Amino acid sequence: MKLRALLCLVAMSLPLQAADDPVGTGETIVAGLSQNLVAITANFTGSEILIYGAVRREAPIPSGAPLQVIATVQGPSGPLTVRRKERRFGIWMNVDSVTIGRAPSFYAIASSAPLSEALSATEDLRHQITIPSAIRAVGTAAEAADAPVFLDALIRIRKENHDYSLAESSVNLLQSTLFRADVALPANLVEGEYKVRLFITRDGHVVDKHEEIITVNKDGFERWIHNLAHEQPLVYGLLSLVLAVAAGWGASVAFGLLRR
Amino acid sequence: MQLYLPIAELSVNALVLFGLGGIVGVLSGMFGVGGGFIITPLLFFMGIPPAVAVATGANLVVASSVSGVLAQLKRKAVDFRMGLVLLAGGLAGSALGIWVFAWLTTLGQIDLFVQLSYVLFLGLIGAMMFKESLGALMRARKPNAPIRRAHVHYSVHKLPLKVKFRASGLYISVIPPLMAGAAVGFLSAIMGVGGGFIMVPAMIYLLGMPTKVVVGTSLFQVLFVTAFTTVMHAVTSQTVDMVLALLLILGGVVGAQIGSRIGLMLRAEQLRILLALMVLAVCLRIALGLLLTPDELYSIAPGRFP
Repeated sequence: MKLRALLCLVAMSLPLQAADDPVGTGETIVAGLSQNLVAITANFTGSEILIYGAVRREAPIPSGAPLQVIATVQGPSGPLTVRRKERRFGIWMNVDSVTIGRAPSFYAIASSAPLSEALSATEDLRHQITIPSAIRAVGTAAEAADAPVFLDALIRIRKENHDYSLAESSVNLLQSTLFRADVALPANLVEGEYKVRLFITRDGHVVDKHEEIITVNKDGFERWIHNLAHEQPLVYGLLSLVLAVAAGWGASVAFGLLRR
Repeated sequence: MQLYLPIAELSVNALVLFGLGGIVGVLSGMFGVGGGFIITPLLFFMGIPPAVAVATGANLVVASSVSGVLAQLKRKAVDFRMGLVLLAGGLAGSALGIWVFAWLTTLGQIDLFVQLSYVLFLGLIGAMMFKESLGALMRARKPNAPIRRAHVHYSVHKLPLKVKFRASGLYISVIPPLMAGAAVGFLSAIMGVGGGFIMVPAMIYLLGMPTKVVVGTSLFQVLFVTAFTTVMHAVTSQTVDMVLALLLILGGVVGAQIGSRIGLMLRAEQLRILLALMVLAVCLRIALGLLLTPDELYSIAPGRFP
């Protein structure tokens, strides 16, 4: 019920003028996020992001294939090295490795229907929506004959860690107009800008898309420590030392007094 | 109570870490060891990145050796001249170790190297200690057994650059202590340990130092080498996690006091056998990790390596 009330508010606040429309069904996205800022503090254990919105249209709902919604949340991307262990001299050690050009640190997809129905392969390639297409792994074949296995392993490990997730049919879509998606951000978030993308599709074709940014920052004490460690490493190292010496010395003095 | 570690970049249970520090503190209080060789593998098992575990382990040893050095200074059980020679070697070894650590990280072999070092040294030291303390127990039962000579002249005493170490009552070349110091400094940087468990036998058996100054001098060297290692890791790889270290230290100082009480209740030979068994158990656990087929063959490291 709360959701309906929220979505009604969104629907009522829709601006009236028409926006440009790439495909021509006259449908565009209006959307918002529950928060645009996630602060990682000492007791941060993850965060839940609510993505809500509505489809605005000038004409009646077109007939034919139903409207579908796809939402993605993408963390900062960077190059990665995936290594594979093999038994050498009786010991398991890293032998082969493949460099992945760019992979997001976090990636979540939610959709209102199975992706095979909601999205065509060409549109996936164009917009890089599914997990494998969000990872750029060009030229990996030169590094290992079975490079795709490494890519699969990357996705598998990150899925197990809840860094990557695919939640098909988890977007709540009411009367082809109002929708909401919930995405859980885990505790081990990397700092940076998280790109939220929303797509509405008909018959696998993207009708409209919409982007928002969530900024994830360490805050307070965590931020101070992290910045000090990276900007003034010598000062940080010496401070760690002072703390350790003070704790060790303080403890021996304190227990010395207790014993007397 | 979940706590986010700013450098390791993961959320852990603060009480578990405090408890872990406490257990290691108990052990270090009981046996008079720094505990780095136990805490660093435990941090690996908890999922802390190895680079962070090693660097933070070194920081931890600083805290636990400060109180030890203070106590030994009061007893005048520190040979400063020997300590400085060992330290000179130690700093050189540590600098080399830091460099090797960074190099192996880019090759993706650092975990293997760290684990192999642990298996090798823990296995060696554990077996030696076990054999030696078992022999001591036997001798204690048979009071007529021959007693070994305290001071034996080995070939190391023929090397040049001889120096008088008055507190140790030694007149030996500086080369062996320099080498021993360097070896321990290297291991400190690679394994995140103080290296007391290698330094102490080296001082007794290799240098022939009297037992009364061994622990104090070793702690003196360990303190400065781990301090240097901590700062070097902080500067070169930003892997010292202050929050993690502080939690472990707090647990450790409390545990150490409890451990030293327990230690007083046990006999020295029994203590040494226990320590030897524990060292061997940690060694076995790490060795199994290398020998058994891992659940996940693949691993991900951020960044692009040649």
